[in-house]
Amino acid sequence: MKNSFGIIDQIIRSWAIVKKDMKIYYSKGPVVLMGVMFPAFMFLAFAFGRNMSAVSLMPGLIAISVFFTCSAIAPITMPWETQARTLERLASSPLAIWTILFGDMLASMLTGIIISIVPIVIALAIGTTFVDPLILIVAIILGSVCFATASLIISSPPASAPQYSQMISSFVKFPLIFISGVFVPLSELPEFARSICFISPLTYFTDLARYSTGGGNYFPIAADLLAIIGFTLASWVIAVKLHNRTLPLRV
Amino acid sequence: MQSQGTAIEVKGLTKLFGTLVAVDHINFQVERGEFFGFLGPNGAGKTTTIRMLTGVIKKDGGEASIMGYPAGSIRAKQLSGVMPELSNAYMDLTAWGNLMLMAEIYRIPGKQAKERAESFLQQLGLYERKDSLASTYSMGMRKRLVLSMALLSNPQLLFLDEPTSGLDVQSVRFMRALLRNLRQEGKTIFLTTHNMDEAAEMCERVAIINHGKIVALDSPDRLSITAGRIYLVDVSFDKPVSPEMLSNLPGVNRLETAQAIEAADRLRAQQAMAGVGRQGGMGGGQNRMQQAQMGGGHALPGTTSQQPGIGAAKTSGPETSNGHRFRLYTGDTTLLVSSLVDFSRAHSLQMNIINVRPPSLEDAFVRLTEEKSREK
Repeated sequence: MKNSFGIIDQIIRSWAIVKKDMKIYYSKGPVVLMGVMFPAFMFLAFAFGRNMSAVSLMPGLIAISVFFTCSAIAPITMPWETQARTLERLASSPLAIWTILFGDMLASMLTGIIISIVPIVIALAIGTTFVDPLILIVAIILGSVCFATASLIISSPPASAPQYSQMISSFVKFPLIFISGVFVPLSELPEFARSICFISPLTYFTDLARYSTGGGNYFPIAADLLAIIGFTLASWVIAVKLHNRTLPLRV
Repeated sequence: MQSQGTAIEVKGLTKLFGTLVAVDHINFQVERGEFFGFLGPNGAGKTTTIRMLTGVIKKDGGEASIMGYPAGSIRAKQLSGVMPELSNAYMDLTAWGNLMLMAEIYRIPGKQAKERAESFLQQLGLYERKDSLASTYSMGMRKRLVLSMALLSNPQLLFLDEPTSGLDVQSVRFMRALLRNLRQEGKTIFLTTHNMDEAAEMCERVAIINHGKIVALDSPDRLSITAGRIYLVDVSFDKPVSPEMLSNLPGVNRLETAQAIEAADRLRAQQAMAGVGRQGGMGGGQNRMQQAQMGGGHALPGTTSQQPGIGAAKTSGPETSNGHRFRLYTGDTTLLVSSLVDFSRAHSLQMNIINVRPPSLEDAFVRLTEEKSREK
């Protein structure tokens, strides 16, 4: 048994949480469906009856696939485990609270990255050209980390009913689609939406995805990347603080 | 006991839930290798204390250390194994999957983890079902799985919260045998239970907590004698005797008729079979109150009741197939025995049986927790 108890040790232990989450939560059909089917329906809803090419909607499809997959399970993991009384098991084992959160975040992030392959394949199939695939890859990785981390904040209220967190999650996620330029480019959004679009991390991810398909970017690329990193760091700090406060109230 | 230092040290440990003081400045120490019982009625603060010691919740005051490390620290958790009251294996994982998850969390090297997991699953009779989901397990199997998860890291200290509650008789025996083995291996065991017989049999020392405060801490035998104080005297006469007359004898604190004794024994047996433990409530305390209410008991232990012929005891009295048998409770056996001898002579009776039993841990528990409740 290893006897080091530093940050690296905790990161190694968090891998157990990742594997557990993958087996228990992310391998389930509904999660995959949420990541693939829901964005597909959203895509069709925007594509039909509008004078927009399918190719121009691809960045939006990629964006909401990653966004919905990363935020599908992370908000309900803690309440779920509270209800199943498995959180007490984790809390009494040699894991810091941040380690549990880090594992949950990594599992969400990895699922988001894997699921993003589906819309990318669809985009390639319909003739989308990726002018800067490297930026798209970086955006998907950073965006997945960002969305997964932000989702941890939603799971922080000490509720044991997953439905409660699910409701908050939906309440937060859906409005973001409409202010983040997902299917309508930011430059074409109404003035009100453009004035608040900067509060959504999805805005910057979509901007990067649109840039990578040659659709033009609204913000400078560096600003998009920094904004996503900034949202991620802020979300992490807030999530850890909130969970440190609320986890003892759950068990 | 293999005392090699302190396993658990608690000084002034306190936990508040709003304005409620759940654990109120408690102090105790558990030696390494000791089998320590932590008893108390429901809501007394047992589980809250365990949760503070295992780092699940934060303390609001005082100090607690595990093997010299602050309770709740990663090092303290690494050295401890926890078996919570309610099963908390992952239902969507197999037994093997649950054990491997623990192995990774505790960073047990792969080969060692697999060997230990196989060994525990075989010892605990789960090996044949190791690839079944935990959700398909019975309550007893889940408890055994959770225990094996707690033991996998070979912890020096084990926290066991109600390990036998809700189990059938065979599983209880199995679990107790296992705990005895762990004790022989020199592990420190911190046990909470509602089962007084279990605590008396297994523990070297017990602490009794009530309303968040430790009200007694000693060996079960010493606690039984010093805190229980009440002796049981079973007596049987060759002729029918009025319970009212007996209850008026000097030295009698309380009297039970044969029917009440049988009813209490039946109740206890039913509860044991059903594994009522927790649901049955407090093992001794509530049972005793139920027995008293069932018609035989004249007063709760520790109180003096010398009023004549109460309730069913008077009417159903000593006319039973078991003979004219009574159970008397006394704090002064010498006085009671001499009273019984005088009573027999005066009424030309012959005592077929007279059996004096020392107070039990259950008596001590009931007395200590009721005294505290009355003070409240």
